[in-house]
Order: sequence, then structure tokens, then C-alpha cells
Amino acid sequence: MTTEILLAGFGGQGVLFAGKILAYCGLMDDKKLSWLPSYGPEMRGGTANCSVCISDEPIGSPLVLTPDILIAMNQPSFDKFVTEVKPNGKVFYDSTLIENECTRNDIEIYAIPSSQLADDNELKGGSNIILLGKLIKESGIFSLETMKKAIEKVVPPSKAHLISNNFKAIEIGMNN
Amino acid sequence: MKGNEALAEAAIRAGCKCFFGYPITPQTELAAYMAKRMHKAGGVFLQAESEIAAINMVLGAASTGVRAMTSSSSPGLSLKSEGISYLAGSDVPAVIINVQRGGPGLGGIQPSQADYWQATKALGHGDFHLLVFAPDSVQEMVDMVIKAFDKADQYRMPAMILADGLLGQMMEPVSFPEINANAHDKSEWAANGHGNNRKHHIINSLYLKPDELEDSVTARFKRYEAVKENETDAELYLTEDCDILLCAFGATARVVKSAVNSAREIGIKAGLFRPKTLFPFPVKEINEASKNAKKLLSVEMSMGQMIDDIKLAINCSKPVEFYGRTGGVIPTPTEVLEQIKKVGGAE
Amino acid sequence: MAVVFERPKSLLDVPMHYCPGCTHGIVHRLICEVIDEMGIEGDTIGVCPVGCSVMAYDYFGCDMIEAPHGRAPAVATGVKRTNPDKFVFTYQGDGDLAAIGTAETVHSATRGENICIIFINNTIYGMTGGQMAPTTLPGQVTQTTPFGRDPQLAGYPVRVCEMLSTLTGTAYAHRVAVDTIPHIRETKKAIRKAFENQKAKKGFSIVEVLSTCPTNWGLTPTEAIKRLQDEMIPYYPLGVYKDTTEEGEK
Repeated sequence: MTTEILLAGFGGQGVLFAGKILAYCGLMDDKKLSWLPSYGPEMRGGTANCSVCISDEPIGSPLVLTPDILIAMNQPSFDKFVTEVKPNGKVFYDSTLIENECTRNDIEIYAIPSSQLADDNELKGGSNIILLGKLIKESGIFSLETMKKAIEKVVPPSKAHLISNNFKAIEIGMNN
Repeated sequence: MKGNEALAEAAIRAGCKCFFGYPITPQTELAAYMAKRMHKAGGVFLQAESEIAAINMVLGAASTGVRAMTSSSSPGLSLKSEGISYLAGSDVPAVIINVQRGGPGLGGIQPSQADYWQATKALGHGDFHLLVFAPDSVQEMVDMVIKAFDKADQYRMPAMILADGLLGQMMEPVSFPEINANAHDKSEWAANGHGNNRKHHIINSLYLKPDELEDSVTARFKRYEAVKENETDAELYLTEDCDILLCAFGATARVVKSAVNSAREIGIKAGLFRPKTLFPFPVKEINEASKNAKKLLSVEMSMGQMIDDIKLAINCSKPVEFYGRTGGVIPTPTEVLEQIKKVGGAE
Repeated sequence: MAVVFERPKSLLDVPMHYCPGCTHGIVHRLICEVIDEMGIEGDTIGVCPVGCSVMAYDYFGCDMIEAPHGRAPAVATGVKRTNPDKFVFTYQGDGDLAAIGTAETVHSATRGENICIIFINNTIYGMTGGQMAPTTLPGQVTQTTPFGRDPQLAGYPVRVCEMLSTLTGTAYAHRVAVDTIPHIRETKKAIRKAFENQKAKKGFSIVEVLSTCPTNWGLTPTEAIKRLQDEMIPYYPLGVYKDTTEEGEK
């Protein structure tokens, strides 16, 4: 079975980083995986998205066009990709920044005010990780333990002091 | 690990002692990785003032017998073509990476395969070839870089990894094999100072007498014959009983493989021929793969370039159809499946 | 009988293809004398240009590499960076160094590459039959400036030593000539100094040699020497333009 995940938002929101954590979760669980960023001329701002495939089989196209799971961090990304989600797919979005006007009833949509929660808990830039917490709680795709291991791998040694904040963000996501 | 970084790490492990490059999207991570790592590995990293200078620095270093590499993306390869022709004409081995993007001109920065002709037919003036490897995964990028250094040394010719922006940017798990660093003996030709104990060596591609130039080119093409005989490589996937044989290389082959699987699910006997070497083109392999097929379908991220080699390889004995996207657009498995139905399902 | 004059050992005993009266032969000889005197033939790698001296690889006894047109400094960079204990020099003409290879020249200087460049300035493209060079003087008639070089149309000549001396990476820039015995001696001293600089890891050294091209200038060898003196030296003054060694600091 292959799970195709699309993460999308503004550059600088940590979309690629969150995708990397999911890819490493796959690695921790001995799955096949791929991580593919969109890349453009701009370094900050603009749109950023990334495709993550997790599978038991070798992965064909690493480009996710019709995701099983969508994580949306801004309005344009939500509006653009929510229509592409496969039937019975799941959508997680930051309800602080996004108005949900989607009328589809063949998918499950989970709202979480992740930006607000990050601010309230003094987790600057933690909105992306809060969404991942929500994702593992509602989808069960990875265990909390797997995700913690992945975070420890992905956070560079120079920023190791931020690992505990990421753990905290995961818990907030799981409990909201 | 990101494809671009994996290419760099593999090169260092393969004994590459110097990297000369110039920044260009979407391969820049490779140079950045080299800048960080090469020094620790006891090698040389230098950002050149231009693509032209970079390939000529490779020419200089490789002429002394050192394993040398440069990398770029499509527009940069056009600039490097001068130096590549000199490498070939001087029989100097080196590895060149092209992480392709859309063209012509400045084109775009999204993945493309529109440099197939350039890589296999015309990367510079004159009668010559490069070894061209076409990986389809991050792991294969690693394996092929190692092989490229080895084969370049063995045949004394430049070798290219023809990747694309998708492979360069994507991250996949990768393992680095143990490398047997038995470097090829280059003491017969390398110009690294004769130490007063041998005749002086000249690295040169100039022959003003037509007979001498012809002889040098003929000798080189004899080596190419050995390359064609011994170095072809291809993946054959579900080809034994296939009615329609899809042909694709690099990242496109991954998309096509998904489409082939979907076609099989709906009862269309599709198969995939994926050349891993573009020069030499796997002629025997494609004839084997297509022996039972009624039609072939080449899928490329270009307007159709490899299709020429396919037709030549099978001597136009069967119809060869084409489907491609260009400009940086990646074909989807659904699109390819539609083409399979159109071409192959109408029996 | 005592031998008082002989061919330098590192200058190979083969007929050269240069025209009668051409000064390339003198400069080749001077380089080889320096290589012999320093005893470095076995540790030297030379890089040839495209131009009249394209076949210089047949004349020098050390290992030689033939570079694409203008790219000799980049090739030399690749050699030197991977063989830092070897001596590396390029031998380039004005078209090679100051037109098609300007970027390679300037950037190898900015990087302070520890190499020697021997630059032959004869104000013309010799090998292709006498076209305008970047150093062709205003008013000079060539195949491609049949009415004389008009700066309004074709720009002004490049003064290479002056230009490169502004760059921090340049250790030594010296313009010499091979028109008289004293000047030839001076030229040899400059070449020796450039190689000694490399040995001492001083960085980028360039010796610009004002030379003649009787064939394409349409002059006899003697007239050509006179033109060098009367027209070239006033426009391209001889002298040391930069010297970061102790000697130069004095």
C-alpha cells in the first residue's frame, strides 16, 4: 500500500521540514519513501509544497498530484489542492489562517488552529509540527514514538535544543 | 538524502579529488555539498568564474591523472560543451553531471529530458561520444557515479550522469556500497611532471595532418565499439509477454512503471524498457524486450528525442508511438495510462 | 673545446614552425633556460594556448597540456590545485589571453592562483593570418582593420599588466621586451622571478613580453624590431607594474 502525502503553504512555514519528518518516519518504520520539494526562484514567501510517498512497494512517481493526505498551511494551497484529494482521503489545515469553504463530503477534513496554538504556547514556527501531531492522531499512519525518533534525526545537531519544543508541538497537535 | 547531495557524496567516495563548478538551479546543492565535504576528504573544491572555466579546470586536473568532476544544468552544459569536446579529443577521463531543466535558451528550472540529443549526439564539436548514464532513483545516482568514474578511466573518455531536476531535488533512502578504490593506472599518459625518469607526456587534441587526425579518431571509435559491446545496461520490466512496450528513462520511467502496473490491472499487457545507459544505447536489450510486442511507446520529458534511437535500434521493424511533456511538465501516470489505452488497447 | 653556448636541455631538439624573425623562439629559449637553471623540468607542467604557439607542446621537454582557446589559466588552475608542489606555467598570446580568455585571466589573478603566465603581446593575431588583436594599436592596419584600428569603431587596446596590477591576487606583473640584448636579459630575469615566486607560493605572476610578428606586420625582422621600439613601447611602457615580494616592497 502507498500513502501519498502533499504538504503545502507559504515558503518559510516549514512545509519542507514537516515533509522531511514524515519521510524519516517512513525510514524509521522500514518503509519505502520519497520526498520531493517544489522548487522555484524565490527563497522565502511564495508557495512551497512537497510530496511525500510512503509505501511497502518501490515508489513509482514521487510526484503527488492526488494525495491521500493533504496538509494545508495557507488559503491558496487549501483551495488549490482540496479538490485533488482522493475520495476517503484526509485533509489537515491551519484554521487560524484558512477558511474552509469546501463542500466535499467524500473526504475527512480536520481543522486545527495551529498558528494560534503555536503562538499561545510560545512555539514560534511550530504550526507545521502541531499539524503533524494532529495527523498522527487522526490517521494513525505513524506512532508517536516513530515521529519522535524522526524528529531527532531531522533536527540538525546545531539546533538540538529545539527538539523538546517539537515534541511539545506534537503533543499539542494530538490533544486539540 | 537529496539526489544532488547523494551524487556528491558518491563521487567523493569514488575517489573524486576535485570538483569545479558554477551555481545553477536545480543542481546547486551538489556544489554546496562538495564545498562542505571535499576539503575534509583531502580534495579540492573551487567555484569557478564560469561554466567554461569549470570544465577547463576539470581538463587540467584530469590531465594529471586525478579523478575530477563538474556538474551543471542544461544551459550550463551548452557552455561546457567546448571543454567536453577537448576532454574527448585528448582521451582524458572525467565525470560530468547534468541535472536537466527545461529549454531551449534560459528555459525553465523544472525537470526535463530535453538534453537527450545533446548528451548522446552533440555535446561539443567533432566525432566523439560520452558514456551517458541515466539513473531513475537516488540510489542509482550513487551507483552510477561510482561506475561512471570507473568506466571513464577504463575507456579514457568523459562520462556523464544525465539526471533531471526531479531526481536532483528528491530525497530517498540511499546506501553507499563499499568501494574498491583500485585506481586505474594512468602513468602511461598523465601529464603530472615526468620527474626526469620518462619521456614527456602531451595531452592534446590537435592534429594538423588529416591522416593523423583520422587515425586518432578511428582508434577512439574502436574503443567505442568495445563500449557498445560490453557496457549497455537496461531494466526490462514485465516485457516477456507484453503487447505494448513502453520505453522511458530516468524519472519518467518511474511514472511509466506506475502506468504499466495500472494497465496490467485492467488487462492490457504492457511492459517497460528502461535504458540505464543512453550511450551506448542498449540495442540487444530493446530487441529482446520488444520481441513479442506489437507496438512501442516512447514516453519522454521532451518533444521526442530517444524515440530516434529506439527506431534505429529495432530497425523500424515495429510502429513506435510517442507521448511526451516538455518545458518542465512531468507526465502523470494517468496520462500515460490513457496513452497506453489509446495505442495498445485498440487491438 | 669548451662549449660556450648550447640549447637548453628542456628545449627539445626539433624544428620549430615559427616564421623567420619571429620572437617566440627567443622566449621559448628563455623559459627553458630558467627551467634548466632551477632544475625543475621533471616537476613542471606547461599549458599551451591556441594561437601561433599552439604547438609549443612539441618544443618543451616538460609535460604539456593543450588548452582550448583562452582557457589556459583555467586548465592551469586545475593542474596546480591538484598538484600544488609542481610548477605550472601557461604560454599565451594576446588574442588568447586578453580577448577570448579575459575572464579566465582576470579570475585566475583574482584568486591569486600560484601559477606563472608568460604573455606574448605582438598586437596581432598571427596564426589566423593577421587580424586585429585586443592589443592592436590605434591606427594599426590588420586584415580586419584595413583602414587602421579606429577606436570609435573597434575600441581601445588593452593594457594587461596595468589592468591586472589593480587586483589584490596578482603578486607580480612585469612588462618586458625582446628587442635588444639588455631587454632579453631583463626578460629572462622576469621569467626567473615569476618561477621563483611560484616556488615561494607568492601567487599569480605574469610576464608580458612585447614581441614582433614580421610576417603579419608586413615588415622585415629588423623593421619589426624598430616598430616594437617606436610604436609599441611608448603605448605599452616597460617596467614592473606590481611586485609584492620583498624586492618589490623596497
